[in-house]
Amino acid sequence: MTLLKTHIGRRAFIKNTSLASGGLVLGFSFLNSCKPEQAEKMAVREMPKEWFEINGYLKIGDNGLVTIMSPNPEIGQNVKTSMPMIVADELEIDWKDVIVEQAPLNTNLYSWQVAGGSRSISSSWQSLRMAGATARQMLKQAAATAWQVPVEEIRAVEGVLTHEASGKSAGYGEMASAAAKEAVPEEINLKDRSDFSIIGTSRKNVDGLKIVTGQPLFGIDVQREGMLIATVAHPPAFGMQLKSLDAEAAKKMPGIRDVFSITLFDDDFKRSAFHHTAFNTLVAVVGESTWEVMQAKKALNIEWEKAPSASIGMTMFGNDMEVNYPAGLENTTTHREQMEALNAKKGRVVRKDGNPEAAFKNAAKVIERSYTCPFLAHNTMEPMNFFAHVTEDHAELLGPTQTPEWMEPAIAELLGLPLEKIDINMTRQGGGFGRRLYGHFMIEAAAISQKAKAPVKLVYSREDDMSQGTYRPSYYATYRAALDADNNLTALHVKTGGIPESPLFANRFPAGALDNYLAEDWTIESNITTGAFRAPRSNFIAGAEQSFLDEVAEAAGKDPIEMRLELLKKAQENPVGENNDYDAERYAGVLELVKDKSNWNASPTGMHRGVSAYFCHNSYVAQVLDIAMENNEPVVQKVTTAIDCGIVINPDAARNLAEGGVVDGIGHAMYSAITFKDGAPEQTNFDKYRLIRHSEAPKEIETHFVDNGIDPTGLGEPPFPPIMGALANALYKATGRRHYHQPFITDRPPIVG
Amino acid sequence: MANYTLNINGKSREVDVDPSTPMLWVLRDHVKLVGTKYGCGIAQCGACTIHLDDNAVRSCQLPVSAVGDKKITTIEGLSEHGDHPVQQAWLEVDVPQCGYCQAGQIMSASALLKNNSNPTDSEIDTAMDGNICRCGTYTRIKKAIKTAAGNLS
Repeated sequence: MTLLKTHIGRRAFIKNTSLASGGLVLGFSFLNSCKPEQAEKMAVREMPKEWFEINGYLKIGDNGLVTIMSPNPEIGQNVKTSMPMIVADELEIDWKDVIVEQAPLNTNLYSWQVAGGSRSISSSWQSLRMAGATARQMLKQAAATAWQVPVEEIRAVEGVLTHEASGKSAGYGEMASAAAKEAVPEEINLKDRSDFSIIGTSRKNVDGLKIVTGQPLFGIDVQREGMLIATVAHPPAFGMQLKSLDAEAAKKMPGIRDVFSITLFDDDFKRSAFHHTAFNTLVAVVGESTWEVMQAKKALNIEWEKAPSASIGMTMFGNDMEVNYPAGLENTTTHREQMEALNAKKGRVVRKDGNPEAAFKNAAKVIERSYTCPFLAHNTMEPMNFFAHVTEDHAELLGPTQTPEWMEPAIAELLGLPLEKIDINMTRQGGGFGRRLYGHFMIEAAAISQKAKAPVKLVYSREDDMSQGTYRPSYYATYRAALDADNNLTALHVKTGGIPESPLFANRFPAGALDNYLAEDWTIESNITTGAFRAPRSNFIAGAEQSFLDEVAEAAGKDPIEMRLELLKKAQENPVGENNDYDAERYAGVLELVKDKSNWNASPTGMHRGVSAYFCHNSYVAQVLDIAMENNEPVVQKVTTAIDCGIVINPDAARNLAEGGVVDGIGHAMYSAITFKDGAPEQTNFDKYRLIRHSEAPKEIETHFVDNGIDPTGLGEPPFPPIMGALANALYKATGRRHYHQPFITDRPPIVG
Repeated sequence: MANYTLNINGKSREVDVDPSTPMLWVLRDHVKLVGTKYGCGIAQCGACTIHLDDNAVRSCQLPVSAVGDKKITTIEGLSEHGDHPVQQAWLEVDVPQCGYCQAGQIMSASALLKNNSNPTDSEIDTAMDGNICRCGTYTRIKKAIKTAAGNLS
């Protein structure tokens, strides 16, 4: 059992909000109280009129039903189910008696209301457990007081409190009123892992029925009395800005209420990268229906002009920086030349171990390979949108955002309202992948509502969405390996960079496993905006590195898994350097597991296999991908994934997320790209931007988790990056072609095998 | 603007809209049935799939003026209580991640099964290739379609 203090320092993690708000406990009727089994018989499972808020995470109805607030944004990673499961387990309530609600943004009650960095579960693991355990303890205390027995003798099981000696028992609903008045215990006991009854068991998506019956769940589904629809027009290319607007024709079109330009930030507004957008001034079209505003947008007569270069002061997690956006209309062909030229020069040395120069000089064999990837658009299926209702002294915002907490200050700044006058609520979100970390659309919706003096739902078209920027950066990497006469890997050199950021993680494997190691990087400025895209940077460098290691293993005449295990053994037993950021034992653990589960040493007939393993977001993933040739075309048959992300909350949902990572990784490595001509993206809809489809997905995906009882680490991102390496390695086995340039579908490498 | 009387989910609905308005927006903005989703507007993603009579069509490319007296079924009208075999199979397999594309997937799948109660893998691929799932739930969708087919037969 883990003993946890509910007060640490000056801050109380758990507050008894019912005491603060008082009125909640009034009007409680004992006649209404019943145990959960009675509640189950009710026709409609809903909270009664009287309920008791025990703390910010949960409310208990006098009928025994419990509402658990899910604090974090739900973008498809299923936290709306898994986070309440953690509370429910510690509370000791039957999952069928739980109703889940999306919590509003509330920085007093919750911390890290962000869907980013695969951190939802790991950063709230303890506070969610504490919320449930605290409530359980307060319910026990209430029963102990009512029955005049020691609290230690009270048992709480599935929503029922019992005192064996006296034979007394009561449902949580009966004790909720009294429990809400109890003092928050100073210390509470968390359950032992072996006593978990909900954590580690598969529970269905709490929104499942609503999703399959088409109920309004998403931001784009928001409907309000008097609500208008807005859309925006931004420049057709990066490096351009608004020159003039003639909206006369558009304003006369049916259903159109207004057309105007909006500007989001003053030059001196200290913004974060999550606020920034390439297009600070936009044209807004406001009308009665979506189709009408989309039609009117086509009738706008807008002149765009070339924008000057800009240098913008930004703050990023407390660090101030100046970001340069050069002038000009950029092209993909030029980008490639720029990257090749810069990569041929000496880069910024980020890490150096031993004497790599000497090792390369003395090498019996040197392997050098370069890898690239294009910009990508996130392309969440639900395009950017947000509802805003701004009045003189209040702003209500509702919709899909991964970062309500980070956006609130920028909205306050724009509207000139204090933070407490801004309410942000989250809907279910039609995908995130990092795109909705960047909430410019919330600010735009607020600006439009303020100017139109009406509740407004801003809706981006797919074309608006895909051409807005916030892309996955384009990267370039060159790897070099030195082998001695006995085929030992004696040195590794990585030089990498990108537009506008470098994908280097200098302290990750194989750093630490090599006596001689050199990591350099570089960056190129651009006016094309980029943003975090599922497993930022890892989403390229993992595939490049893992493809390269496959070639090194081949050149050394070693099995690719065995070679990695050898290196990891060295990193574990005799690590080089002190900043290695991975646990070599856990890394090796997923490789061993995938080797076993994929039956690596007995490859099925006709299958061509590739392996890959990577560490990111504090989790470890290894994958084996099997390809069969069908009609002379490579077809992915099966992927076997091994994951170490610590304790798994909801296994089947976790498998779903891992399957998605596999499909997503294969899809983007194989098919997707954003390219530029004169600053304009050449793909603005799914006719030219290719996403993986049903027939291209693996026929089978198997996912296995390492069972080690470690506190949960990330899961949303880690299964995504390594699969790109496994794909490239399997493609090589199947076709004899080593693919270096994503998307592989347009890459035509020679046959080398 | 023109008046149209439409048969949507077995009910008669009147709308006054421009004849060019796609059914997608008639449903979402005028009839307030928002289960049918906007994804691309050019019939490339399948999020807006509905049934016109018994066939799966992309409602973003179906102008209201072309509907006439054909029966429109949306995700909200596929069953009374979410108990259509395809919806049930979706719940059983716990298919959705973000869930946004799933209404379109379910409408394509239910139209497929109506015409072919026991489709092969390749027939499923052909029928479903027009429906993108950005979260990558394709293997679960296929499993759910087979589950539904099994329950139907």
